[in-house]
Order: sequence, then structure tokens, then C-alpha cells
Amino acid sequence: MEKYYQKDMECASREEMVALQNKRLVEQVKHVWENVPYYRKKMEEKGVTPEDIKGIEDLHKLPFLTKDDLREAYPYGLLAKPLEECVRIQSTSGTTGKRVVAFYTQHDVDLWEECCARAIVAAGGTKEDVCQVAYGYGLFTGGPGLNGGSHKVGCLTLPMSSGNTDRQLQFMTDLGATILCCTPSYAEYLAESIHERGLRDKIKLKAGIFGAEAWSEEMRRDIENQLGIKAYDIYGLTETSGPGVSFECSEQTGMHINEDHFIAEIIDPDTLKVLPEGSQGELVFTSITKEAFPLLRYRTKDITVLSREKCSCGRTLVKMHKPMGRSDDMLIVKGVNVFPSQIEAVLLENGYPANYQIIVDRVNHSDTIEVLVEMTPEIFSDSLGKITEMEKNLVAALKAMLGIYAKVRLVDPKSIARSEGKAVRVIDKRKI
Amino acid sequence: MSVKQITAFLENKAGRLLEVTEILSQNQVDLRAINIAETADYGLLRIIAKDSDKAEKVLKDAGVICTATPVIAVAVSDRPGGLNGMLKILAKENIDVNYMYSIFGHIGGLAYMILQVSDTENAKKVLIENGIGIAGAGDLGIN
Repeated sequence: MEKYYQKDMECASREEMVALQNKRLVEQVKHVWENVPYYRKKMEEKGVTPEDIKGIEDLHKLPFLTKDDLREAYPYGLLAKPLEECVRIQSTSGTTGKRVVAFYTQHDVDLWEECCARAIVAAGGTKEDVCQVAYGYGLFTGGPGLNGGSHKVGCLTLPMSSGNTDRQLQFMTDLGATILCCTPSYAEYLAESIHERGLRDKIKLKAGIFGAEAWSEEMRRDIENQLGIKAYDIYGLTETSGPGVSFECSEQTGMHINEDHFIAEIIDPDTLKVLPEGSQGELVFTSITKEAFPLLRYRTKDITVLSREKCSCGRTLVKMHKPMGRSDDMLIVKGVNVFPSQIEAVLLENGYPANYQIIVDRVNHSDTIEVLVEMTPEIFSDSLGKITEMEKNLVAALKAMLGIYAKVRLVDPKSIARSEGKAVRVIDKRKI
Repeated sequence: MSVKQITAFLENKAGRLLEVTEILSQNQVDLRAINIAETADYGLLRIIAKDSDKAEKVLKDAGVICTATPVIAVAVSDRPGGLNGMLKILAKENIDVNYMYSIFGHIGGLAYMILQVSDTENAKKVLIENGIGIAGAGDLGIN
């Protein structure tokens, strides 16, 4: 029996949801217009006033926001509430430039945690569960979000944060953690450590909620098999709240977007036109309940598809496919779009470990892409012929997937840095 | 009458071979033969140690990827044409030599070659039939 945290919202009829979204959007646009001069100016430039927005069908009239706006308005330019009403900030990792800071009122924190609670319940979580949160705590939203969600569900929460694998495994076994929340690459690393230490029989995990990184279906199956769990995807971004913007249910065919809080659109990233339902394009979110940091039409850079097909879990919330990758992660090599997740899928399909690194460079005015893969005892052989044959097969499989030649380089085991947070999968030397 | 060879994976980078020889040295592993096959990115280090099991264990414990392979040690008379004669016997039987290297020093006036061939059992048989000695562990002072 599928369980829900907030059934009235998660299973609302389309009419009820649209009515709620219409009402909330109109109020939100007014709130932003009155309190955020930065966005008001953008609206004025586009000749739009709050009166023009009567419901979600008018959403397309509003200007977009991008990460550049967030950087330009740093730190307070998009704040919509007096600071004395804010209780928290979270921030992005800043890996692609200047940090972005998001503000929360207590109400914002509560709603965010409820979104995470929906994800935990969808993964089978109840108050009987022991939830090990091994996302980083601090400015990163992963730890605080799932921690709050776990509290709301009533799980016994283990606020581990990321790293310190010895301690993770000790608490996991001693306290019988049943749900693990962390990045997929850290889950893979923990699974590897559990295997190495022969702890497989001592763990009680049944589910994992993994997000904050692009990961492939093959990696999911690999983690599920290694840990004997069901692995659920979760999606979010600091700019709109954090994890829990969307979450996966037992069907594992995409993530339900919490539409009572976020309106999703798919646009063509070049023409910026809204695309019809079912098209692949860039995901855009409008947060309709955020008080302190309400972003209207925020371009996520994530490429995905939305689906309103009926879901067997009973939820009516629209589903988004796992993003093809963030356009921040997307590499353009020899004019071809390459997502690290595509390379990962090929590696796993061909029996290689998911720990890899992609090095992009420019040699003699031509782009090169090299994939570093760690040698494993399973792949290794005394025969140079057999190893080079495997390498050739991998190169061919990568070529079939990417459409371009990628060099494969086999490296020593454990020589690619293991991640305890977000994995550094790509080194683009062209930017250095 | 096969000899156990340990093959280790070594990424091509400065100092990597030294790291591995350090491990062997610290664990008092006595080497009888050593060979490296290289590609642009990595090499295969093949060794015959006095104590192969120990060599395998200390390398694996240190996180080096390695595998054990049975190879044959062939006694070749140490004179011009000795090696050539031995290879002729194998060629006649259509046995491929995948790789070959020599053991350090002479033992009883003979040079010993380590061979990895397409058909180990048949190679041993035809070599013995043709009066060429196959060394066992004892002959080479290994265990």
C-alpha cells in the first residue's frame, strides 16, 4: 500500500491543483512586485504588471531569472522579506562561479522540510525507521533538507553529514539504519566499503534517497544490488529551496514535482519559448509558496521532459524525467553535447566501476576527451591482448553513445579521488 | 611443472614501479625474474618470486591489482642456437608463444626462459620429448 505524507496535495485532482496554483501564483507575483525591486524592474522592462497575471496561463508573460541574476543581485537583491523575518540561509557550492545565497523564513523551512518528508514517505519511510543522513550539513541543502524531512516523518534521524566512512558504517550497523540519504557517488563508495569489510549481513538498509548529482539507471541498479535496497531519486536546487522539489515513488519512472509549491515549465533554451507537454527542454521553476526568496521563472539549466501519465503510486503530481544533465555539467566537445551521465552509463554497462573522471582538453586546436577508468581485479588479466580488446570495446561503446571518439585510459585502483560530497567528474583543461 | 608468475597492473607514471618494488623489498620478496610489457598508458609487471604466494599477498594487501598465471620455465642450453632450437619445436606444433623472458643467471650451465604459450600442456610434452628440460620450482630455488 502506497503511503503519502500529504495525500490531499500529492493526489489532488488536476482541477484542484490548477486552482491552487492560479491563486498562489497571483499572490506571489504581487508579493514579488511589491518587495523585490530587482524583479519589478525586469517586469517593467517587459511591460508586465501583476494585473496581467491572472493564472498559470499567463506565466509565460513573466521574465526569466537565471543564475547570473542571482549573482548580480547577491546577496540581498532578490530578498522579498525583511531580514528580521528570515531565519536561515543556504548556499550553493559555488563551483561554477560566485556563490548564490538563498534565504528562508521559518515558514519556508517548514514547507521545504515537508517536501523532503514526502520523499521519505514515498521511499517507504515511517516513524519506525532509522534515517541516516549522510549528505553534507551546513550551507549545502542536502543535509539540512533531509534532516528536517526525517524529523517531520518521525524517523530516528542520524545526522551524520558526509565523510568519515568508518563512523558512517559503525552507526549504520550499530543503530540499524534503514534509510540512507546521500549523494549517489557516496552511496556507491559506502557500498564498496561495506563489501570490502564484509559488513553486508550486518546492515539493515531497505531504501536510499540519493540526489544532488547526475546518476544513471545502471548506477541505481548497481547500488540497489550491492546494498540490497530500493534506491530513490530526489531532485532540488538551492535556488528554489533544496532537495524535495521533486521526488521518486515506488514506480521509479521519474520524480513527482511538488506542484503545490513549484510550477514547472519546459522551454527551448535557445528560443526561450515554452514547449508543449512531453517535449524535452530546459526546466523552469516558479516557486509559489516561498516567502523570503521567491523566484519566478527560474531557469534551472536542467534538460528534462515532463510527463502527466497516470502513475501507479496514485500521485497526480507531474513527473519529470531524471535530467539528462545540467547544462553546467554538459560539455561541448568537438561541437557535440556530452553529458557525464552518458559516459557513466556506458562504463557500468561494460562492467567497469562507476568511479571515473573525464578530462577534456584542446590539443592543436582540436578538442580531446579522455575517460580515466580504474582497473579492477575483475577486468584485469595477464594478457595484454585481452585488456586492449576490452579497451577497444569500451571505446566503441562510447563512440556509439556520444558520436565522437573518446580515449580510454586505465589507471591504478583508488587513484581517482573518492567523493564524500559531490564528485569531481570532469576536468576541463580548456578553461584553465 | 608449472611455475607461478604474478602479473601486476601498473599505471604509467613516474615512481609507480618504484612503489611496487618498495613493497616487495620491504617484505623481503626475492625475485628470480622480472619483465615489463608496456602500452602507452600502463604496463604489466610480471615477476617470478622465490615465494610467489607471499609476493601476491603483499601486493594485493597494498592495493596493487595482480593476478597469478602458470608459466613454464624451459631450460635452454646456453650456446648459440639454443633458444632457436627450442622455438622451432614449438612452432612445429603450432604452439604460440604469447610472451617470453629470461630468468636471472645460469643454473647448471643452462639458461632458463619463462614462456607463456597457447597450449601449456602440449608445449611441455613436446619439449620434453625433444630432450629439452622443463624446470620445476625446486630447480629454480623457488617455492
